[in-house]
Amino acid sequence: MKIKSQKDFFSGLMFMGIGVAFAWGATTYSVGTGARMGPGYFPLYLGVLMTVLGAVITFQALVIETIGGGKIGKWAWKPLFFVILANLVFGALLVGLPYFGLPAMGLIVAIYALVFIASIAEDGWKFKATFILATALAIGSYIAFVVALKLQFPVWPVFITG
Amino acid sequence: MELFEHLSLGFGVAFTPINLLYCLVGCILGTLIGVLPGIGPVATIAMLLPATYALPPVSALIMLAGIYYGAQYGGSTTAILVNLPGESSSVVTCIDGYQMARKGRAGPALAAAGLGSFFAGCVGTLILAAFAPPLTELAFKFGPAEYFALMTLGLIGAVVLASGSLLKAIAMIVLGLLLGLVGTDVNSGVARFSFDIPELTDGIGFVVIAMGVFGYGEIISNLAQPEHEREVFTAKVSGLFPTKQDFKDMTPAVLRGTFLGSALGILPGGGALLAAFAAYALEKKMKIKPGEVPFGQGNIRGVAAPESANNAGSQTSFIPLLTLGIPPNAVMALMVGAMTIHNIQPGPQVMTSNPELFWGLIASMWIGNAMLVILNLPLIGMWIKLLTVPYRYLFPAIVLFCAIGVYSTNNNTWDVWMVGLFGIIGYSFVKLGCEPAPLLLGFILGPMMEENLRRALLLSRGDWSVFVTRPISAGLLAVAMLMIIIVLLPAVKNKREEAFVEE
Repeated sequence: MKIKSQKDFFSGLMFMGIGVAFAWGATTYSVGTGARMGPGYFPLYLGVLMTVLGAVITFQALVIETIGGGKIGKWAWKPLFFVILANLVFGALLVGLPYFGLPAMGLIVAIYALVFIASIAEDGWKFKATFILATALAIGSYIAFVVALKLQFPVWPVFITG
Repeated sequence: MELFEHLSLGFGVAFTPINLLYCLVGCILGTLIGVLPGIGPVATIAMLLPATYALPPVSALIMLAGIYYGAQYGGSTTAILVNLPGESSSVVTCIDGYQMARKGRAGPALAAAGLGSFFAGCVGTLILAAFAPPLTELAFKFGPAEYFALMTLGLIGAVVLASGSLLKAIAMIVLGLLLGLVGTDVNSGVARFSFDIPELTDGIGFVVIAMGVFGYGEIISNLAQPEHEREVFTAKVSGLFPTKQDFKDMTPAVLRGTFLGSALGILPGGGALLAAFAAYALEKKMKIKPGEVPFGQGNIRGVAAPESANNAGSQTSFIPLLTLGIPPNAVMALMVGAMTIHNIQPGPQVMTSNPELFWGLIASMWIGNAMLVILNLPLIGMWIKLLTVPYRYLFPAIVLFCAIGVYSTNNNTWDVWMVGLFGIIGYSFVKLGCEPAPLLLGFILGPMMEENLRRALLLSRGDWSVFVTRPISAGLLAVAMLMIIIVLLPAVKNKREEAFVEE
């Protein structure tokens, strides 16, 4: 059997998987009856519904002809990796990771790290331009979020502020 | 006249210098961010939401209204200038707007969009003020069965209008409903699907989902495209204002668009989008006058009508939110989130318990609209300049604003990890061709639906027929069924696919 639409086929599988997971998880809570719904009732039926929907989508993807085969295309691993990494590093540097003994480095350091890591996601990034961008964003964020909006951030590394 | 009393109360609340300032700041920020390609009102509001936390509730909502209008207008700006719709409802604007821009008539197109939106916004505000009180009365007649039926109708409505596969959109709603259930069950106190992680017992933050799926997901898929494909179009903009002939052409189009938009916006489920499509279709049906540019090649009516319709529609889509507490689309879902953060439970009781807030918000919508026109008409030239900033400098800034926004929601790094996860999920949705907007709507409605289903079945002792024996509930469900059947009819199905392919 040939897959007629890759996108639909795999999204159908995804929905089926998630549906089964939720329905199975729901059975570990008390399900109850319609008149006395337990915490598992609604998620169980939603999970079942989603599994059915996923199955139909998968089935259609095998049967119905789609123009161009509904190709998923290449995954953009590089942007995916660096954008998400930039986000995670930002969080880790901002307030530190006490579990790993990483001290809080504060907002400014975190901004530089985020801008540099995110910039790598695009081909042909340049150090100088990125540095200027990071500096501009750091100053702008300091004024906007710390001075004007008074959001609570650690701004500088702990070993400077004590 | 009660209407004028209410409106004057509202203007009394909203028209303080400080609130006007917040509204202005909101408009500026909203436009600034909304004008960035690929960022629609949903992402803009999600991003700027934390900025309103410190404000008193009235000011916060007024600022959010400003952000909303700013973002929406910003989205139309990119639709016209670079053929990139910021949101689904400005998709139609692209068709003729971009053609006008390519012919060096971006100025008149932007002005037509701005003026048309302003007029539609004024009418929409009046309708909202006039119809909100009677609809609120009706809302008090709603029992749990009716609420459940109405939410079903709203979700189905949203799906029917989504582009692409109907089944996938329904599956995305169900996924949203399920994600909304994560966390402590209010009735039994059981922490569901939380894997013993304390942060998950509070549920998943909707800002996290909105930013992860819409913000990061979009950025990654934008970066995946080769540079020349997302190159912004920077033609010289000549003549900022429409000519006399332009005004003559666009006035009836604006009137028709406003009328259609106000009527369709009240329907739950993406009123603004449907309104824009319907208005464009109507204009296309109208006779083309001799000497007029054909549609699809830069007709000003093709910009003015859908723009007024979507603004009128988005105005009247506040009606179900404010009177029933049910968000009709993803933007309104975010507004519900914003209200809950400020301890306001949207619903019929807002009008009686917080009249200043209710009427103040309505007045501020008009102020937001007016401010937008004042702000944007002279600044059209500047917005165009902003678009020449290369994406390479833009996207790290967007990532930064998302990260800061998510962190400051709860001052908790857990949300930062979660948004990373949802970024990956969001990109997978893009790759698999699954529309994320229905997911967000389902996510907001999940707990509400469960609660109303539970109550309805408790009252009927487990008898499911309660949904069809109560007249209002039966009527709402019948409309929902009808919508699905109509969409599945072969003739409509082809037309619908055509409509989305064409754009």
